[in-house]
Amino acid sequence: MRFTVAHLKRGEKGIIKDISADQIPIKLFEMGCLPGSEVELIQFAPFQDPMYININGSFLAIRRETALHIEVEKVEEKPTL
Amino acid sequence: MSKQINVALIGNPNTGKTSVFNALTGLNQKVGNYPGITVEKKEGVCKLPRGVKAHILDLPGTYSLNATSLDENVVIELLLNKKDKNFPDLAIVVTDVENLKRNLLLFTQIKDLEIPTVLVINMADRMSKKGISLDIPLLEEKLNTKIALVSSRKNTGIDKIKELILDHRNIPTSTCVDTTVIDKTYFEGLQNAFPSQSVYKLWLVITQDINFANLDRNLVKDTSDFSTKSKSDLKRLQQKETIIRYKFINDVLKEGYKVDLNAAKGLRSRLDRILTHKIYGYVIFFLILLLIFQAIYDWSQYPMDFIDGLFATISDWTKNTLPPGAFTNLIAEGIIPGLGGIVIFIPQIAFLFLFISVLEESGYMSRVVFLMDRVMRRFGLSGKSVVPLISGTACAIPAVMATRNIESWKERLITILVTPFTTCSARLPVYLIIIALVIPDTTYLGLNVQGLTLMLLYLLGFGTAVFSAWALNKVLKIKSRSFFVVEMPNYKLPLIKNVGITVLEKTKSFVIGAGKIILAISIILWFLASNGPSDNFRNAEEIVTNQTESNNLSSDELATKIASYKLQNSYIGIAGKAIEPAIEPLGYDWKIGIAIISSFAAREVFVGTLATIYSVGSEEEDTIKNQMAAEVHADGRKIFNLASGISLLLFYAFAMQCMSTLAIVKRETNSWKWPMAQLFIMSGFAYLVALIAYQFLK
Repeated sequence: MRFTVAHLKRGEKGIIKDISADQIPIKLFEMGCLPGSEVELIQFAPFQDPMYININGSFLAIRRETALHIEVEKVEEKPTL
Repeated sequence: MSKQINVALIGNPNTGKTSVFNALTGLNQKVGNYPGITVEKKEGVCKLPRGVKAHILDLPGTYSLNATSLDENVVIELLLNKKDKNFPDLAIVVTDVENLKRNLLLFTQIKDLEIPTVLVINMADRMSKKGISLDIPLLEEKLNTKIALVSSRKNTGIDKIKELILDHRNIPTSTCVDTTVIDKTYFEGLQNAFPSQSVYKLWLVITQDINFANLDRNLVKDTSDFSTKSKSDLKRLQQKETIIRYKFINDVLKEGYKVDLNAAKGLRSRLDRILTHKIYGYVIFFLILLLIFQAIYDWSQYPMDFIDGLFATISDWTKNTLPPGAFTNLIAEGIIPGLGGIVIFIPQIAFLFLFISVLEESGYMSRVVFLMDRVMRRFGLSGKSVVPLISGTACAIPAVMATRNIESWKERLITILVTPFTTCSARLPVYLIIIALVIPDTTYLGLNVQGLTLMLLYLLGFGTAVFSAWALNKVLKIKSRSFFVVEMPNYKLPLIKNVGITVLEKTKSFVIGAGKIILAISIILWFLASNGPSDNFRNAEEIVTNQTESNNLSSDELATKIASYKLQNSYIGIAGKAIEPAIEPLGYDWKIGIAIISSFAAREVFVGTLATIYSVGSEEEDTIKNQMAAEVHADGRKIFNLASGISLLLFYAFAMQCMSTLAIVKRETNSWKWPMAQLFIMSGFAYLVALIAYQFLK
């Protein structure tokens, strides 16, 4: 199974690997949602939908069904003390 | 210098573009519509040194030149059409220093159209707090433009913008990004086919089709012959284009823009933790809603009572001061009460727009959209439907227009169709007077029954809206992907100037827009009630006197008889009698029938119509309520009793409200199909429910 933005937990980050272009509105590209960008999951609404994310400094809310089309590689962060 | 400099303000939403516009033009601005569409057109005049004036056009906010809505399309149509009289001599792209990277995407697109373009970097006051440093000369060189660093909050840098406007002839027009590299052969072919056109312009015209098919085709003829690529191919190319643009921007910003990440975050994340919280988030939203309703229906009562009294005094004064006659009657009974009926709504409308504009300016509205999306989607709506549904409690017209930013057509259509169910402020006077007449002023479980009834009517309206959304979602077979992207802007303290201008503008347009209709209706009604077609009307005195000769009436009684005979034989009386059979089963007489029909122009006309009909029909001036309470059927039963009252309340709760709503729905859906469906289904349902209620209760 592909690991996507929808699989991130709150506070986790990932680097975008691939985007299913046909399923994603052009507006999302324009907001900086492009391969190589970093995504941070900030908050879920109840039922984990929509999701509040930070892509390269753009703070956006997208629906889960859109998030499922953005494949990411999880960034393992060392806990900062 | 006689020629004005044409300046277009362009920028992403949430960049403070409107603040810059307000700072440049002050109150020298006017809001209109673009011809044929309901997109708001804001323009103003900016006075520059040496007597030069600049015409500033505040274009709708857009993220890029790939339009996805009517509002955004306005920007592209203007920038692609050199012949437009508003075509800019200078484009000013307004950006937010915190989102410079994303905001520059639009800047590079506009630069590539070879329009003289300058960059305004706004919100400079937040730089130190966010640890941002800028190398302006380096950015100017790399972007080949001039930059003004502005804080519209602190009012700094505005003079620099004015300087740049004066200097517009010396602003470079070179391009930023060579888009042709994404598919060399395709673009070469395009250029060869249309040698006289800029290839980037051609590309924009072709790709508009994917997102939004509304561009003026005359611009580039027969591009359709050149659609050698499929839609998804074009979309992939657009993605590539976006990537190379960002690559360019990243290169530019690498050296010119430094941000200390540790200084960032802070307020946003702390506020978000509470405001978007699973429980507190909803509690806070609910409390804010309560506050709004409190303001609209309680606080505004004081100014409204004052206005009511004021107009009654003026009307009285006119009647006593001007010489008696038809003209005085027209002013005192037609025009002044008509005007009063408009002015009285100013406090409510102003409160509503005050709250909506504060919530939007502060960035909170996006959080509401985020919180409500999932709940609303169950009913076929979108999180973005919340704003229209709240606005609908003031007036359905701005509410229907507020649906524009809903991406999915199906969700947007459903929102438009159900919004008129929410109880608009124009229905309030109708509810209030009927409740006062038929619902006892007692308490039940410590609550005022009249107040409870009013609240029930509101809940009924909102409940019906949600329920019909759910039903429409099941019935409508529209394939539409629910793209949903909401920017979550930074929290900001709203600027008083911006909020003030918004409230002023919206209130003004309501008063003038609705005012014209209400005024016209009250004059027409007065005329129709004071004139009649037949001899019966003209010889009313004689006929009534002859008929009642034997009864020995006092002169007062006689005058009342004459007036009521006149009214029955006036144009309005004849029309009312004609429709009486249709409304009798609902418990209404012909006067209510006339009021219902005329209230289709605007809801609040209902009370005004009855007032006009009754005051034409009686010699003594009394309050509308007392006059309505005194109305009886031929057999002595009261016209306004519990059964007919409830039936009227329900009719008004469900019926399609007014013709202005129909007109705006026609415009926004671009077809008569939907407004007609609303008219017949809603009004038919209202008739049925009112019929059942009356027959059951009588």
